Amino acid sequence: MKKQVSLKREFLKGVWDNNPVLKQLLGLCPVLAVTVSAINGLAMGLAATFVLFMASLLISTIRKTIPPQVRIASFIVIIATFVTIVDLVMKAKFPDLSKALGPFIPLIVVNCMILGRQEAFASKNSPGRAILDALGMGAGFTIALIILGGIREIIGSRTFFGFQVMPNQFEPWLIMILPAGAFLTLGLILGAVNIYTDRKKRLEHESIIAHYKRVGREELIEELEVK
Amino acid sequence: MGTLTQTETKQKVYFDLTTSPHLHSGWSTSKVMWFVNLALVPSIAAALVFFGIYQILIILTAVIFAVGTEALIQYIRKKEITWFDGSAALTGLLLALTLPPNFSLSATAIGSVVAIGLGKQIFGGIGYNIFNPALVGRAFLQAAFPVQITTWTKPNFAVDSVSSATPLAAFKFDKLITDTPALALGNVGGSLGETSALAVLIGGIFLIAVGIVNWRIPFSMIIGMFVFSGVFWLINPQQYPTPVFQIFAGSFLFGAMFMATDWVTSPITNKGMWIFGLGISLVLVVIRLFGGLPEGVMYSILIMNAFVPMINRFTKPRTFGAVKEDKK
Repeated sequence: MKKQVSLKREFLKGVWDNNPVLKQLLGLCPVLAVTVSAINGLAMGLAATFVLFMASLLISTIRKTIPPQVRIASFIVIIATFVTIVDLVMKAKFPDLSKALGPFIPLIVVNCMILGRQEAFASKNSPGRAILDALGMGAGFTIALIILGGIREIIGSRTFFGFQVMPNQFEPWLIMILPAGAFLTLGLILGAVNIYTDRKKRLEHESIIAHYKRVGREELIEELEVK
Repeated sequence: MGTLTQTETKQKVYFDLTTSPHLHSGWSTSKVMWFVNLALVPSIAAALVFFGIYQILIILTAVIFAVGTEALIQYIRKKEITWFDGSAALTGLLLALTLPPNFSLSATAIGSVVAIGLGKQIFGGIGYNIFNPALVGRAFLQAAFPVQITTWTKPNFAVDSVSSATPLAAFKFDKLITDTPALALGNVGGSLGETSALAVLIGGIFLIAVGIVNWRIPFSMIIGMFVFSGVFWLINPQQYPTPVFQIFAGSFLFGAMFMATDWVTSPITNKGMWIFGLGISLVLVVIRLFGGLPEGVMYSILIMNAFVPMINRFTKPRTFGAVKEDKK
């Protein structure tokens, strides 16, 4: 029997430990393409979260009925249904945003983050866990998009969510709202995240060793080094 | 026991057990870098003469920020701080000389930080970078501030005040040919270091003479430029400029002497250097004659930089005496 993780972890793992953008590097196409501003990032993140949530809920509910041979095709059909709903709603209610995001809303259908969660999680877990996982992953995705879009918007066009935050003397760096800026910013963010994670891991490791030394069980340290 | 210890000590003194190479040319990285800096002095002088004393501020800003970024990153990464080895200063200097006259100092500083930070240190420092750091900084500035970086100032001794446009832009958009003597001397619009072909050639020939720059790269670039642009000139002399104009205009010579010959980002084999140089001029001719931009030395060198590992692999010389492998 698989060890069950707590429900809180199920949600939080998507936000940080398994963040789809920062840790798994999934669904990077919309991440790089639409994040010229924070509002675009937020809209894209929420759209993807909605699709992920609904698809996870539905797929984990009927996971035992879907024949394994055609599961990918079934997932895609279900995801596509919700993407169509999002696309039409956005076209009707937020025409400007819909235009800004362009073809990337329909392209959520083939977003590997969403399909990946269905294949790896929703098709194997109960609906309760699946929606927690979907919400966590969606939140992680949205946060990463807002950070990326925010940095690019502040430096590339002096504003944040449309409000001017940089003084007029600041010359906007046009490169930040070009595709090259997306790659540079994402690369630097990933580098920073990796530095932080490595540091945390090292500190944890050192504190464990210190603890073993304190309780006088040096033989456990060697075991740890082997691992 | 005593004698044994003595022998051991002697061995330590007389036999330095290391792997090859055992001979040192006497050239350290630092010495090479300072020699290249020295070779740029004529270009700096030409820039100051033709564009005014203000340009010294651009050069100083670029150098100070390049060296500062290098030292800062090495301090943060707890590496040996090599800010005085001249390589960061060289990157800053090269970057400054590719900028237009009267360029804003804050943007120059950004370019320097990007050149050293994203162009060099992020790959692990000197010797590890794929692309020429100065050109990475220049490309970043080109994309970040496209208007400022193509705002050219008239040189001080402009005879005819046609415009402040560069000779290449003048040709591309108005079909005006600038005289070769003016191009060679440098009394034309353009980036700080590139306008005076004479000053660039003095520095370049000095570097070739002392053996820092391998002549094959600049030579193959010039030959390639002559041949490729000559073909187009012969096809249609009205539409395409002469090969001589192509060689002397823009930053072609500056790129050939100082940018393409960067040790880290150019091929190591002789055959590879020929391929590299010819490749640069081919890409450059395509950009200049058929691209949207009037000048493309920067992009053509960066593009060929990306091919360097492949060139090195395919031009690996055969071991002496080895038989050619049969292709089945």
